[in-house]
Amino acid sequence: MTPQQLTIHEAHRLLKDKKLSSVELTGACLKRTGEVEPKLQALVTVTGEAALKQAENADRLIAKGDINPLTGVPVVIKDVLCTKGVRTTCSSKMLENFIPPYNATVVEKLNSLGAVSIGKANMDEFAMGSSTEHSAFFATHNPWDLDRVPGGSSGGSAVSVAADEGIYALGSDTGGSIRQPAGFCSVVGLKPTYGRVSRYGLVAFASSLDQIGPLTKDVTDCAIVLNAIAGFDNRDSTSAPNPVPDYTRCLAADLKGLKLGVPQEYFVQGMQREVEKALLDAIRKLEELGAKVDLGVSLPSTPYALAAYYIIAPSEASANLARYDGVKYGFSYPDADSMWEALEKTRQFGFGDEVKRRIMLGTYALSAGYYDAYYLKAQKVRTLIRREFDSAFEKYDALITPTSPTVPFKLGEKLDDPLQMYLSDVCTLPINIAGVPGISIPAGFGNGLPVGMQIIGKPFGEEAILKVAYAYEQATEWHKRKPQI
Amino acid sequence: MKLNREEVLHIAKLARVGVTDDDVEHLREQLSDILENFEILKKVDTADVPPTAQSIPLQNVTKDDQAADSLLPGQILANAPRKEGEYFRVKAVLE
Repeated sequence: MTPQQLTIHEAHRLLKDKKLSSVELTGACLKRTGEVEPKLQALVTVTGEAALKQAENADRLIAKGDINPLTGVPVVIKDVLCTKGVRTTCSSKMLENFIPPYNATVVEKLNSLGAVSIGKANMDEFAMGSSTEHSAFFATHNPWDLDRVPGGSSGGSAVSVAADEGIYALGSDTGGSIRQPAGFCSVVGLKPTYGRVSRYGLVAFASSLDQIGPLTKDVTDCAIVLNAIAGFDNRDSTSAPNPVPDYTRCLAADLKGLKLGVPQEYFVQGMQREVEKALLDAIRKLEELGAKVDLGVSLPSTPYALAAYYIIAPSEASANLARYDGVKYGFSYPDADSMWEALEKTRQFGFGDEVKRRIMLGTYALSAGYYDAYYLKAQKVRTLIRREFDSAFEKYDALITPTSPTVPFKLGEKLDDPLQMYLSDVCTLPINIAGVPGISIPAGFGNGLPVGMQIIGKPFGEEAILKVAYAYEQATEWHKRKPQI
Repeated sequence: MKLNREEVLHIAKLARVGVTDDDVEHLREQLSDILENFEILKKVDTADVPPTAQSIPLQNVTKDDQAADSLLPGQILANAPRKEGEYFRVKAVLE
């Protein structure tokens, strides 16, 4: 096995035993990145020189015996997270040259553990999209089939892990943006409970839904990264004061005594046969592992989640993105005659089509005369969805669904059909609406293309879903398959 | 819900997003399609349901008033498209 193919825990053991240096590991990841990037285009910025300096520093720490599971291990960071001195674009023309003067809290946390950052990952502009085609710079390609999308919006992060450019990655998830690309690329992706991870330094999309989380090669790595990034932060008043357990301690190979529910509404119309088949096989495997599975669960408000989400998220986005005015930072239209013209032209030419569409949608839903019919109604439906999850978790330890109703679709297929694109998140967005945690893990292949299984937990129930994910992973081989690029 | 041209122009003005004539027609069709899809919410009985704005039970989070380092003007202005001295330069608000 070449160094870049290692997981975090495998690399850690070699680093600790001095059988591998961080400089060697980082060099291998950078070499691999150079080889596959022309085909995949997962990264907006590669910080090779800085990475090697960080690796040298990590090797010095390790030589002193100062090592933790992430020391010296290369990470890829979604370009929506502020990195001090390294441009942070959100894959938007608006922020093409924006260099943050501070780090996101999660980046600070990784730095303090001696992590090595090899670059910033491509994404749908401002995290709005499900295919990474809405990047203002270039589309990212799925390593399992270069003609297909990697999912989104954290498509670059998912691809960088699947293709062994980084050992792991950070993404953000507002309606499925970690889990759906994880499913499409056959890696592990976790959206933690809202409030579990500080959002300080995450460029805001929809503040009541956004969460940062890991994309990794296996479930053990996912738990290791969650350990590193979770916890209260006084710079994010929505971060939760709940204590952070050691998430690696809940990983166990059998599921005896665990009650799992399968909500019928997630097996939606338009679901591909191969996805359904992979999921039913996976559910059978969970039963073999000792779990008691109830296939008859109903969450009746699920069919309304998509509409509620696409009112709430754009409404919050329309307010959050009002800050891009061409004055303080970012793109600024140079030739305007007046302040208003400068503002309108800056936003006309600085934002891409999908971002403008969502700003307009949110502006409409919040505007006088429509607020009650759209925004307030959506917030009430949000209450119903949350209540249904609450009552389901009185009976079940976790819920099982597909991550997406389809395998990865073709590049361009849904690019100018926003509604079809939105449907790609139909299984993931209710989880953000409820604020609960969800993980996507590799659950097989349909015609050679990855299928993801989503495991949903109660608020701050990350341990239960990691446990289910780990047991399934240990009993299967899907996560070991590598794409031929 | 079908939007007309004037409504799209009104939304664009509220959102301060410049649009061309072609944009208006394209947005009119796409936004109308999406809004029609939202009609499904009318089927949900929410008569006695309170709205949810966020999903965690935290309220009125405060913190101690402690002095801490902040960014320097030069760091903030480094990303400014136009500046003069220690100020952002903008177009005249009142002419």
